[in-house]
Amino acid sequence: MSTARPPSTLSAARTVLYKELTLERRAPQTLTAMALFCASAFVIFHFALARNEVEGALAAGVLWVTLTLAALLGIGRSFVADREEGGLDGFLLAPAPRISLLFAKAAALLIFLLIIGFFAALLFSVMLLGPTPDGAQWASLALLILLADLGIALVGTLVAGIAIQTRARDLITSILALPLLIPLLIAVTKASEPLLSVGGGTLAWRWLALLGLYDLIFGLLAYALFDYLIED
Amino acid sequence: MSTTKNLYGRRLPGYAIATAVVLTAAIGLAFFFAPIEADQGFSQKIFYIHVPLAIVTLGGFIFGGIFGIKYLRSGESRDDLRSYTAIHQGVIFCIGALITGCIWAKASWGQWWVWDEPTLVSFLIIFLLYTTYQPLRFSIEDPERQARYAAVFAVVAGVFVPVNFIAVRLAAPLIHPRVFSNSGDSLPGDMRIAFYTALIGTALLFITICKYEMSSKHSRAQLAALRRSIGGESDEPNAARRAAPRVAVR
Repeated sequence: MSTARPPSTLSAARTVLYKELTLERRAPQTLTAMALFCASAFVIFHFALARNEVEGALAAGVLWVTLTLAALLGIGRSFVADREEGGLDGFLLAPAPRISLLFAKAAALLIFLLIIGFFAALLFSVMLLGPTPDGAQWASLALLILLADLGIALVGTLVAGIAIQTRARDLITSILALPLLIPLLIAVTKASEPLLSVGGGTLAWRWLALLGLYDLIFGLLAYALFDYLIED
Repeated sequence: MSTTKNLYGRRLPGYAIATAVVLTAAIGLAFFFAPIEADQGFSQKIFYIHVPLAIVTLGGFIFGGIFGIKYLRSGESRDDLRSYTAIHQGVIFCIGALITGCIWAKASWGQWWVWDEPTLVSFLIIFLLYTTYQPLRFSIEDPERQARYAAVFAVVAGVFVPVNFIAVRLAAPLIHPRVFSNSGDSLPGDMRIAFYTALIGTALLFITICKYEMSSKHSRAQLAALRRSIGGESDEPNAARRAAPRVAVR
């Protein structure tokens, strides 16, 4: 009789990620809610600010506040199905490395955030953005969305892992994630500002460096601490 | 029946007396020994309260994170209690630092809140994060899980503090009165003596209050254990739902 070998971290993470994406494909909930939220938020900003077009710091603020709040919806849903349907218990019973759950959840959240990020940026350019960014500015904005979404996905998975075991899950997710995301928001809005200004501008490298530092620090933290969140 | 000696209260009277003596000396030095600052006048005296409060707050949060790491490694409930107390008192001292910062801003620039002041803004963000510590603990019933999740929070928040300072400082121009540089060289000698005395006094106050809180919680747990042992009921209302750690009485 042959003994089955436990799956590697990468293999287990790939399986859980595939499960997450399949669930979302079969019964779209998170992506639909996030996309609708972004569209509604832009309409609200149009009326609240009483402007047809925004640019510069205001445009950066509107875009990233919308994306951050939309991300909270995704973060809040991250572990809900696993907790309510017993998926978390099933995972803990499997001989898979526990850290693979962090990789899978963070990767799934990152994919959702990237889809919503690019969708929201395009929608924003059609609905509210005054200046028209050129190809280089779109490329810079894409890089910013990638780095910011990576940070949001890492912090979001950590926060979702903490909040899932609490009674007030939705409240804890919001009040814990928002202050933690403030340094990331400072960097990404400051970096986006020249890209969304009339006359255009270039990306400031110090903000990219800060985003990279944020992603690195919280990535390492999540890696070091995630095991303690799913001990039982 | 056995009760343990309350180790958290050890040397508490000594700390309390030292705190009273050093803080009284600090007040005397700040108001009667240190000279009046030329630019800001008498209002600069709040510096001897605000800056020590801010430094001790950060120290409290860092110790909260260190004891959080210790708890995750050892699982000892006393490390959870120490982490909880350091963060709990840190939040209270942080409120003090924010209020004195607002008063200083009003005296210096005529406004209660100044967004261009990176240190004050950083403290507000840190305060917003650490105020979620109590709701987080309160929303987890199982004591062991509550302690473990609170320790994870303490470590994450402890690492967040310097990242936040870097981000806010990069984003805002520096307008805070720099009466005290990183090296301390810009502070005249008389002011420096008063400042360091105030800093030591505030640190002693923090330690005394922390020890008092831990001692009080331990005594209460001992009393509850004694009541249970003689067949009475615990005086702890709704003991399953509370943010404070359960103190182990052996």
